[in-house]
Amino acid sequence: MPTKIEKDSVTGTETTGHEWDGIKELNTPLPKWWIYTFYATIAFSLVYYVLYPSIPGIRGYFAGTLGYDQRIDVANDLAAAQQQHAPYVTRIGQASLDDIKADPQLYTFASTGGRIAFNNNCAGCHQVGGAGAKGYPNLADDDWIWGGKVEEIIQTIRHGVRSADADTRQNAMPRFGLDGMLKRNEIDDVANYVLSLSGAKHDAAAAGRGAPIYAEQCVACHGEKGVGNPEVGAPRLSDGIWLYGGDLKSVTESIASARAGMMPSWGERLDEATIKMLAVYVHGLGGGK
Amino acid sequence: MTVATATIPAVREDYVEDVIRAGLIATAFWGVVAFAVGVYIALQLAFPELNLGLEWTTFGRLRPVHTSAAIFAFGGNALIATSFLVVQRTCHQRLFGGATPAWFVFWGYNFFIVMAALSYVLGYSQSKEYAEPEWYLDLWLTLVWVVYLVVYAGTLMTRREDHIYVANWFYLAFIITVAMLHIVNNLAIPVSWTGARSYSVFSGVQDALIQWWYGHNAVGFFLTAGFLGMMYYFIPKAAERPVYSYRLSIIHFWALVFLYIWAGPHHLHYTALPDWAQTLGMTFSIMLWMPSWGGMINGLMTLSGAWDKLRTVPSLRFSVTAVGFYGMSTFEGPVMSIRQVNSLSHYTDWTIGHVHSGALGWVAFISFGALYYMVPVMWRRARLYSDRLVAWHFWIATLGIVLYITAMWVSGIMQGLMWRAYDELGFLQYAFVETVVAMHPFYVIRAMGGVLFLAGALIMVYNLWRTARGDERVEARPVALALRPAE
Repeated sequence: MPTKIEKDSVTGTETTGHEWDGIKELNTPLPKWWIYTFYATIAFSLVYYVLYPSIPGIRGYFAGTLGYDQRIDVANDLAAAQQQHAPYVTRIGQASLDDIKADPQLYTFASTGGRIAFNNNCAGCHQVGGAGAKGYPNLADDDWIWGGKVEEIIQTIRHGVRSADADTRQNAMPRFGLDGMLKRNEIDDVANYVLSLSGAKHDAAAAGRGAPIYAEQCVACHGEKGVGNPEVGAPRLSDGIWLYGGDLKSVTESIASARAGMMPSWGERLDEATIKMLAVYVHGLGGGK
Repeated sequence: MTVATATIPAVREDYVEDVIRAGLIATAFWGVVAFAVGVYIALQLAFPELNLGLEWTTFGRLRPVHTSAAIFAFGGNALIATSFLVVQRTCHQRLFGGATPAWFVFWGYNFFIVMAALSYVLGYSQSKEYAEPEWYLDLWLTLVWVVYLVVYAGTLMTRREDHIYVANWFYLAFIITVAMLHIVNNLAIPVSWTGARSYSVFSGVQDALIQWWYGHNAVGFFLTAGFLGMMYYFIPKAAERPVYSYRLSIIHFWALVFLYIWAGPHHLHYTALPDWAQTLGMTFSIMLWMPSWGGMINGLMTLSGAWDKLRTVPSLRFSVTAVGFYGMSTFEGPVMSIRQVNSLSHYTDWTIGHVHSGALGWVAFISFGALYYMVPVMWRRARLYSDRLVAWHFWIATLGIVLYITAMWVSGIMQGLMWRAYDELGFLQYAFVETVVAMHPFYVIRAMGGVLFLAGALIMVYNLWRTARGDERVEARPVALALRPAE
């Protein structure tokens, strides 16, 4: 189509004289504010190149006049944070729980550091605040499977439960049903007896039949009347606190197949001070011994 | 002389059009799929139980289904269909090679999409964002894309117009650059010829840089240049006005394609990428601001003297709002590329909000505008089935976008601030899990925004289907006023 420059009646601007499928173009000059803002962004960039690391060469790059370096920056930040924490961390390393509790400043530091470490590492299973969930012990009550003293809590955190760690806390409740150690009706009876220990709803006749079986099979770990034994990680059965549910079906299931929950070891992932702060925090959640 | 706006140019009878009609149907179909999967995974983020506990329906596998469906299936089909229409009509020439290669492009491309989506669901991914398909699908797409380039460039080379219209520059830049990006980023060694897995030839930070050179230019050339091509045809056609500035179109085109290609490193601030390369990515992003806005100015100012058409031409409302969102997100982008801003925004929902103001506001809206314009044209109907349904679609979808991006702004900035908050003892104030809890309400609002956007799209599909069938709803339609010269 031949070039035919026209004047647009609405804007008074000339067209370029071309047309495609009925579309024409005006020859409007570049908007001034547009071109100057464009220049300004280019000028900004040029200044930035002088101030900050920019132009690369064969063996290095122009480092900029401000001396900006992200690696140095982050190293400085980490060093500053470490320096701020250092006095407390040293004292926490040497102090006992009683010492820490006796020093309000130190206790605040330890439980604050413990809280954030807990929420970032532990809350996924034990929940924020340590309330726990099915299969994940409640850490805010005074029922402790492996002991609620600070040293015991530290041991559990550092080495885990049934973890890959060589010093892991370890026990294995027999699988009374799966391994055919007890008959179905016997498991039912024991379950009723176990429920009776905490005064939960149960069948008294069945519980009566279950008592001798309990005395034979369970008492070695869980103790007379189900008092439990933190030495071997045998949960207390008489307090109405249940890790896997306290109804007849759940208890029967626990006896029949055992549960064998698992907690990772944190000794290689967290430093000693953090583990101690975690223990102080968990201890203070409500039920520390 | 005045510019004649009412003349209807002769349409050559032998244009290839069946494949365009198929492309429009595919666009509408994949749009609904993309939005529906998006709503579903947005709800999963708010209520994780909705992943149903099945590996195929987990967020990790459905997320690439959503992004690929939105970008490549919906966006890609829209680009291919509109480019076939635009190149024929503005070159006054039948597609190079006729209908057969065009059909190969259409079916080959859609086959790629279906296979890619299936592979994600089954757990196959090369773990590159927006480039998840494994090597065998990448090879297939390369073949399809080369045929697409031949059809497109062949049509341009055999054109019957002296000059190449600006829309075609953008489409051509999109086709060529996407080919280059796709090939380089997907260079990989298959583990075996019979296996689906492969290793990238790049490793470490080089791999990351190539990936974001690809990723950001997928935004720059697929989602920007291609859709600017769409804008340059459909806005002047629908408004029946000449393009605002030819000079601006040249300058902003070359500035855009030159600057975009370097901006990728801004995705890698504060990583192993050397500081100087981060500087490069950041400054080129900032310099990209005005070239991007050149497109916005040309889109919006083309309406000068014809703003009244927003009332009477239903498709134009979408096109113009799209250009508005384009302007907003191409300002937001350079801001987020600044190191110090990025240290707050990176890895947060702010990025998700930014992407969606571009994807929903710009890409989808400009495509909706093109669909509403093209369907009556392609099916030879005088008008859409209903203008009122377009208005409903417009307001519902706009409300959905506003809910979506404001929720993500608030959630993202809150998230970034919570991550960097320290107490007076120098401990982090919030644990990660606490930030997740705090974001929950915004995840719900975002999902609601997505539901609205999906509902709007379903209204559109109904309207277009009735239009194609030749139905017309009895309703009052706004009447056009005569153009008035400026005072």
